[in-house]
Amino acid sequence: MTYALKINNLSKVYANGFEALKGIDLTVEQGDFYALLGPNGAGKSTTLGIVSSLVNKTSGDISVFGFDLDSDLEQAKMCLGVVPQEINFNQFEKVKDILVTQGGYYGIPASEAEVTADLYLKKLGLWDKRDQPSRELSGGMKRRLMIARALIHHPKLLILDEPTAGVDIELRRSMWQFLREINEQGTTIILTTHYLEEAEALCRNIGIIDKGKILTDTTMNALLGQLHVETFILALDRDLAKAPLLDGFECIVNEQGELEVDVEQVQNINELFKAVDKAGLLVKTVRAKSNRLEELFLSLVETHDTESGAKGVEA
Amino acid sequence: MSMSQMWVALCTIVVKEVRRFTRIWAQTLLPPAITMALYFVVFGNLIGPRIGQMEGYNYMEFIVPGLIMMSVITNSYANVVSSFFGMKFQRSIEELLVSPVPNWIVLIGYVAGGVARGLAVGFIVTLLSLGFTDLQVHNIAITASMVLLTAIVFSLGGFINAVYATKFDDISIVPTFVLTPLTYLGGVFYSISLLPEFWQLVSKVNPILYMVNAFRYGILGVSDVNIMVSYAMVVVFIVLLFSFALRLLNQGKGIRA
Repeated sequence: MTYALKINNLSKVYANGFEALKGIDLTVEQGDFYALLGPNGAGKSTTLGIVSSLVNKTSGDISVFGFDLDSDLEQAKMCLGVVPQEINFNQFEKVKDILVTQGGYYGIPASEAEVTADLYLKKLGLWDKRDQPSRELSGGMKRRLMIARALIHHPKLLILDEPTAGVDIELRRSMWQFLREINEQGTTIILTTHYLEEAEALCRNIGIIDKGKILTDTTMNALLGQLHVETFILALDRDLAKAPLLDGFECIVNEQGELEVDVEQVQNINELFKAVDKAGLLVKTVRAKSNRLEELFLSLVETHDTESGAKGVEA
Repeated sequence: MSMSQMWVALCTIVVKEVRRFTRIWAQTLLPPAITMALYFVVFGNLIGPRIGQMEGYNYMEFIVPGLIMMSVITNSYANVVSSFFGMKFQRSIEELLVSPVPNWIVLIGYVAGGVARGLAVGFIVTLLSLGFTDLQVHNIAITASMVLLTAIVFSLGGFINAVYATKFDDISIVPTFVLTPLTYLGGVFYSISLLPEFWQLVSKVNPILYMVNAFRYGILGVSDVNIMVSYAMVVVFIVLLFSFALRLLNQGKGIRA
């Protein structure tokens, strides 16, 4: 089977001696929407940087749609579109010129690139700004421009390194919708993000990396299935001084006087409400303590830190 | 990439580079025109008549080829060094690094951009000089080929400078402390036959002397040096600098982590 991305034993040691990647293996299937998550400095951007030819690897093998990065670099690059973490276009160029120029780098004549540029400028809400210098765009528009630029040559694999960082929630949702559409049209997408809700909403498969090692590489459903306990916060009609006894549930009172209750996977919310009712408490509101994926993510990273004897966690 | 795709990529880089220096014409095309016009007025018109003949030509006629060459050298170098370093600084160089454009196309594209600006400024200065003197071209082939080859040499030099530069100071050191002295001492304003023998020998170590004199030979038909040596020198420089610049690009020096 030809994978969209196949990484074998990839290592990277920077000139200052920092070992960013410690022989990672990763495969992403064609058509997948894959999340690569990890704390800051885990190795996500280094991995994607090497795949994108922005960072030199120390050792290992990478292939993109079967094209080896060492022996078939040009063909591999033809398959790739990259949206980096930092804004990296010429701030003095006009918006449309940036797209047409990028098309030219892939051998697409200007007349042809202009058609694709117009399409994505309209789809991503940049049409009105097409003749403005790119420095005059807002932060969200700059990120959308980078997505349009990455798509100008119709890549089969799109790499998005924190594409919605600093983007407001409304715009983020519209970008999600756009990304879903292009994924449904057949583009494989690899996403890194610090918004775990984003990964959970968009991605089918997930890899978690920390300190240069892949901790898990599985489906989103399988990962979420590992979540045995979820914590709910119950705001009551009065503040509690100490935790009440709830049949079958562990609970504590937090600093706000709310009740934090652990609900195991085998239990259900109805049972919780029955227990609360039986204890004579009135629930005004209920919410999950954190995003489900966030809990798993923290659990995996903390476990790894403990195992590797790390002193502090950079999250 | 196919040949046609590479051609499109090359044209894209060249068009981008030409668009850049024409967009900021007030920084790139106007200043050398004003500076050279002042040279013509001060050295050619005001001081020149007191100097008298040089190599059988009046002083204005003598310095015009040198001043054209000086503007070509400084502008071809400045274009590539500032454009490529600017791309590094803004990280827009990553647009090229992720694309399949071969490194030799990138290098040729940037050099072509530098040559375009060098020749554009050279053309403007030539037009200006016509307001001060009648310019008769002795040998158009030598004139055109030498100005082109010289622009290529200094565009390559600017590229290598930009690859190594890590801050804006680094792109002004070579033009200020190397190019300007070598140009002023490279026979732009005088014939080295005026110098004592020892300083003539010292001057002959300066490669810019050979380029300026070959160009002057193309226009006036006089030179302090053998122009075949000039051609050999610029061709060797081009081969060496191109190979070195390409090696730096292939290594990712200064552009890849």
